[in-house]
Amino acid sequence: MAGFAHPEVLVSTDWVAQHASDPKVRIVEVDVDTKAYDEGHVPGAIAWAWNTQLSDQVRRDILSKEQFEQLFRDSGIGNDTTLVLYGDNNNWFAAWALWQAKIYGHKDVRIMDGGRRKWLAEGRELETGTPAARPATNYKASQADLSLRAFLPQVQQAQAAGSAAMVDVRSPQEFTGEILAPPGLPETCQRGGHIPGARSIPWGKACNDDGTFKSFEELQKLYREEGVDGSRPVIAYCRIGERSSHTWFVLKYLLGYKDVVNYDGSWTEWGNLVGAPVEKGAAKAAAR
Amino acid sequence: MKAEEFTESRLDIDGWQVNLTTYRIGAVWHCHADNVSPGATLARVHGSSKEEVEAQALQRAREMLGRTRRHV
Repeated sequence: MAGFAHPEVLVSTDWVAQHASDPKVRIVEVDVDTKAYDEGHVPGAIAWAWNTQLSDQVRRDILSKEQFEQLFRDSGIGNDTTLVLYGDNNNWFAAWALWQAKIYGHKDVRIMDGGRRKWLAEGRELETGTPAARPATNYKASQADLSLRAFLPQVQQAQAAGSAAMVDVRSPQEFTGEILAPPGLPETCQRGGHIPGARSIPWGKACNDDGTFKSFEELQKLYREEGVDGSRPVIAYCRIGERSSHTWFVLKYLLGYKDVVNYDGSWTEWGNLVGAPVEKGAAKAAAR
Repeated sequence: MKAEEFTESRLDIDGWQVNLTTYRIGAVWHCHADNVSPGATLARVHGSSKEEVEAQALQRAREMLGRTRRHV
């Protein structure tokens, strides 16, 4: 993990194997495909379902402070617990869970580099079933740190003023408007394309073939080539905010950019807005 | 228990890139197909042989990808 701005937020599969039974460590699997955990998981790990346990079930929103506290209490996580997150698809939703944990001020939360894929590929020990519950805690979350999250008015203002670097992390075909959702998934927006001025830097470019993050130098080059160098605020977005939380994690913690927000409304919000400016095709504007 | 015989392969289905991941846990074979970019899961199946799970995963992936419209 050497070279990253905040290496303490990443752990290796080796580290997890050594600490899986440490009572001060809680390992949680968060998958895109919530059935993956049932196949077998890191020994001692519990699972959170992104669509039911990490989202408000009435409004479209992340957890409220109270809901977040309840989840952590029920999961046996205390304020001083080291929380390690991992998941499928190179940690898409693990990063989303980390983003929420940071919003609510959990001090020590980390990602297992390479995620579920690397654990399986390395032939590491798996466990099935749900591990014995840990005693509930009296977890206290902080007030939401909204400096990590962008809402629509902030994005509209930044787009109009050109005051932030917009990073669209979806696939190139979603960016151009050729498709309205990832191939094979339902279309969830009325219009295709991207926020005018956004740069296309698909999230997966930040990963090696084994699912681990690329080196600091490689990541720096990747984003700098698109004019995203940390010298001005960055807004990352995708379709529903999970892929962009992965990029948010890379920019904020691996590269150490100070002002990075995740716009979780993302294209399912912007692409459904009446009258919102939309650019189709390849990125037109040079990085501003 | 661990994942064994872990393999990955990349295929083209009707112009879409698909990543196929197959492995065995105990006696059960698992296979999932994802669309390489962005990487979302298209199919996840399990069964008693590698050939069976890969064929099923590819069939489901093909069905899902067949619903994708290109707006060009």
